[in-house]
Amino acid sequence: MEALVASAVGVMTAAGIYLILRMRTFPVVLGMSMLSYAVNIFLFASGRLAVNLPPILDHAGAETQGYTDPIPQALVLTAIVISFGMTAVVVMLALGSFVEAGNDRIDLDEEEAGQ
Amino acid sequence: MSPALIAALPFLGAVLPALLIRTGRSHAALAAGAVSGLALLGLLLHLPAALAGQVITAKFDWLPWLGLNANFMIDGLGMLFATLILGIGLLIILYARFYLSNQDPVGQFYTYLLLFQGAMVGIVLSDNILLLLIFWELTSLSSFLLIGYWKHLPEGRQGARMALTVTGLGGLSMIAGMLILGNIAGSYDISQILLAKEAIQSSDLYLPALILILGGAFTKSAQFPFHFWLPHAMAAPTPVSAYLHSATMVKAGLFLMARLWPVLAGTPEWFYIVATTGLITMLIAAKIAIFKDDLKALLAFSTVSHLGLVTFLLGLGTKVGAVAAVFHIINHASFKAALFMSAGIVDHEAHTRDLKRLGGLRHLMPITATIATIAALSMAGIPLFNGFLSKEMMLEEAAHTAWLGSPYVVPVLAAIAALFSATYSFRFIAHGFFGPVRDDYPHKPHDPPFGMWASPAFLATLVVLIGVMPITFAGPFVQMAANAVVGGDLHMHPIKHWHGVTPALIISGIAVVGGLILLASFKPLKAAWEATPRPEAKAIFDWIVGACGAAADWITATLHNGSMARYLTLFTIGSVAAGFWAFSGGGLGPETREMLPITPVALVGWVMLVTASASVVAFHHNRILALVLIGIVGLIVSICFIYLSAPDLALTQISVEVVTAVLMLLALNFLPKRTKRGAGPLKHVWHIAIAVVTGLGTGGLIYTLMMRDFAFETMSKYHLVNSHTLGGGDNVVNVILVDFRGYDTYGEVTVLGIAALVIFALTEALLNGASSKKLIAWRPDVPRAGDKHPIMLLVGTRVMMPIALLVGVFIFLRGHNLPGGGFIAGLVVSIALVMQYMASGFAWTQARQKVYYHVLIGLGVLAAGITGIGAWFNGVPFLTSDYGYVKLPGLEKFELATAAGFDLGVFLGVVGSVLLALGGLSRLARRAAVGAEPVHAHIIAEKPEARSPEQPGAFPPETLLPQRWAQARGYTSARQDDADTKPVKAKKTKPTEAEEQ
Repeated sequence: MEALVASAVGVMTAAGIYLILRMRTFPVVLGMSMLSYAVNIFLFASGRLAVNLPPILDHAGAETQGYTDPIPQALVLTAIVISFGMTAVVVMLALGSFVEAGNDRIDLDEEEAGQ
Repeated sequence: MSPALIAALPFLGAVLPALLIRTGRSHAALAAGAVSGLALLGLLLHLPAALAGQVITAKFDWLPWLGLNANFMIDGLGMLFATLILGIGLLIILYARFYLSNQDPVGQFYTYLLLFQGAMVGIVLSDNILLLLIFWELTSLSSFLLIGYWKHLPEGRQGARMALTVTGLGGLSMIAGMLILGNIAGSYDISQILLAKEAIQSSDLYLPALILILGGAFTKSAQFPFHFWLPHAMAAPTPVSAYLHSATMVKAGLFLMARLWPVLAGTPEWFYIVATTGLITMLIAAKIAIFKDDLKALLAFSTVSHLGLVTFLLGLGTKVGAVAAVFHIINHASFKAALFMSAGIVDHEAHTRDLKRLGGLRHLMPITATIATIAALSMAGIPLFNGFLSKEMMLEEAAHTAWLGSPYVVPVLAAIAALFSATYSFRFIAHGFFGPVRDDYPHKPHDPPFGMWASPAFLATLVVLIGVMPITFAGPFVQMAANAVVGGDLHMHPIKHWHGVTPALIISGIAVVGGLILLASFKPLKAAWEATPRPEAKAIFDWIVGACGAAADWITATLHNGSMARYLTLFTIGSVAAGFWAFSGGGLGPETREMLPITPVALVGWVMLVTASASVVAFHHNRILALVLIGIVGLIVSICFIYLSAPDLALTQISVEVVTAVLMLLALNFLPKRTKRGAGPLKHVWHIAIAVVTGLGTGGLIYTLMMRDFAFETMSKYHLVNSHTLGGGDNVVNVILVDFRGYDTYGEVTVLGIAALVIFALTEALLNGASSKKLIAWRPDVPRAGDKHPIMLLVGTRVMMPIALLVGVFIFLRGHNLPGGGFIAGLVVSIALVMQYMASGFAWTQARQKVYYHVLIGLGVLAAGITGIGAWFNGVPFLTSDYGYVKLPGLEKFELATAAGFDLGVFLGVVGSVLLALGGLSRLARRAAVGAEPVHAHIIAEKPEARSPEQPGAFPPETLLPQRWAQARGYTSARQDDADTKPVKAKKTKPTEAEEQ
């Protein structure tokens, strides 16, 4: 299971990195979403994996062995919501620059920029 | 009054003139004067103690572990300087009231002046060098405001910038020096440092510390080669010049040298650096001053020269030198402030300060002429004026000083400087006030009102009183300050006029006679001076600043070249390299965990996720397809969360997926639907390589992490054990969010709200800016759907609305004990509302929407905050929650935690933010749609103003009219025949209010 999660994180990171290196706004936004997934799962997985052990206490007692680590989950939960906020801001910026400039290129080419 | 309060009073009072200026200039001046006067009174109450050699202290711990303490003390030196600063400050406040005109922002002036005054008092009363540094920088900043006070004058702005640059750089150098000094001494308290003379002078770091500290002192006190800023600062109003350059700003450097004199002075390094610099400055500036025609420029260079004199005296490292330095500081402050104010009066009355255009003023303004003459004679070093006494002491010291073994260098140079000094002082009198009355003054001068000459007259009186009876009027003060400088009782010889025929007296005589001779032969000298080329400091300064600017530009342009792909490439490579470096640096323990078994379901999910990710990359040129594919990734991630025991995450992720998809679709409405191919094949390979390496690194890292147990026990156990007992909830994740780490969540909801407001602001900018026209002119690049609001979707969403809201409430309420909570409930409710917008249209929904989303965000943050504050009334820290069980009739007994209030805040914040963000995008879409879509008859029917004004019953010719509908109502249209078949653009360019809403 760990191997699957780790490889999935790797694939999503690679896809995200490749996409943010594109020259247009939309792939960059997609790339950032992919990176968000990867980072969120990375954070979540740092609490180690567990199946069927959600951190919902049953009233039988305060046995702490039977639950997975709740802290990374709490961190990731807010991270998901915040990353939505950030995606929205970036999308809005992309739109604004597209409307203003008439194209959706995010930068000069390196050749042009170097001049 | 506590020393700390004395330093704080001007800062506190600085707000008064700014407010009171509305009631008139005099009130602002009175307020400023009252503040200064009160501080001076508080200071002078300590005078008896200070005269008795006591030190009054006030200590507050600020950041003790950094050695930064707000320690203040009043010793003899601080007393002397603080009296000068506050006393002359009072005189300046009075003078400025009459000097500044109605057009000047006088309130600002007094505010800046008080800020500056507070900073200066802070410097001289600090007992901690770090605190002193803070005040030191504050003087640089506030003097910048004062020098550039006349913002409309380019010279004022340039002079202010130059002063800030030079003194600011010096301040930086001093910070470094002070830190070294504090390190050697083991304390940053001045009273402690002053005890560590041996340790400091024997340290290897003594010389670097000395040079760095002197860098600060020399720049502030305008010592060669940093003297050039001071004359340029003369563009300031005269009250500022009089204050900054007589008693305060430039004296700060001298104060610092005097303050640290006990531990720094007495070494050959100190002597050769400080005394030599002082001597050179004294000489060069005196020479330049002779040839300046501008009264204020002459005084500026003479100030530099006299600062050099004091520096020289301090540099000698002898106790008599220190006494003379302190005495000359007092004398210089008195006569120079009087001179500056006199020059200001001349400028004010005659409308010129040019010596070539002045002369004969003693007949027209006798009072001013008397004051100026007394002060200038003191500056020249004529007996019976106070300048004579301290200059005599200086010459006496100089006569006994050998420099590199030669006994003549110092006396000769000092004599020449004294001669020059006499020359420019005589010239100030002779060319300004003597000679015949002219008839070509730009403005006929006469003496100003009493309020304007009162201050310089007071100072001129002091000049004479100290000059005639030095023991009575200055003796105790000098002794008090000098004792503090040399750190002990001096048993000072009384200051005397007549010591017999000493070398000093002979030099003085030569200087006065030589000065008169030079003045007599001024014209040929001036011609020779103007014929000789000399370096122009401002040009050199501008060139250096320009070169630094060009270098910075070059570095910025080279590193920051506008290519985002390049930044991201560098950033990614840097991160991977740093990660690799960190990883290879430490040891790696053996794997301690067994891998969980791979189930078929998980394998299927993995295959889907990897395929979808790869497909996003492969098909990202087709944007709609990419959006669908990335949605698959999101769904698998949600399922992964469920499978791996994180139901809350799964719920959050899946609802965020929905709103993100809506968001992206709204954006794609405008953006091109396809991405053009950009980079060349080589670059592609390069980017792929970077991506693959990063992916391998990240995946490998998390795999390594997951296969090992925690190195230390985590704090999760605490949360699991105490979630129910302390937080009153069984869903530990939710309890962490709203209780254990509620402060984090509070911040996160605020951030989310801010992000939404940013989007709102961007939308507004786009709608109201130049791009508004572009939006209206925008045409969709794909055909629109035939039916904008399909009836099935419309009915379906309206029916679903209450159910969705109910689900939202349910998820919210169960959140504390079961998966759910404010975040998820907020997202669910947002989705329900967004669906209304999608199905029924923005206008329809917005019309039924009674609460602004901004308000919702505000309420959310407020609710969370109030819940947190509620804990205070319980006597517990912010955001500590409480809970209890409630029984309502008809319901089961249920639990109510105060955290629910907090969660409600989260809920409202999320709903407001999501809808405000999406709403912004839809408003853009609506603005664009105005021009793009035909106006249907039923819309026009609702809006009579859209109809043709000539025929109220008729529609504009291009309106689409369903024929039967129109006939039934008796409407007519010019082009009924083809109206139903062809969409036509309406001739509207500006949307009306109703449509916008």
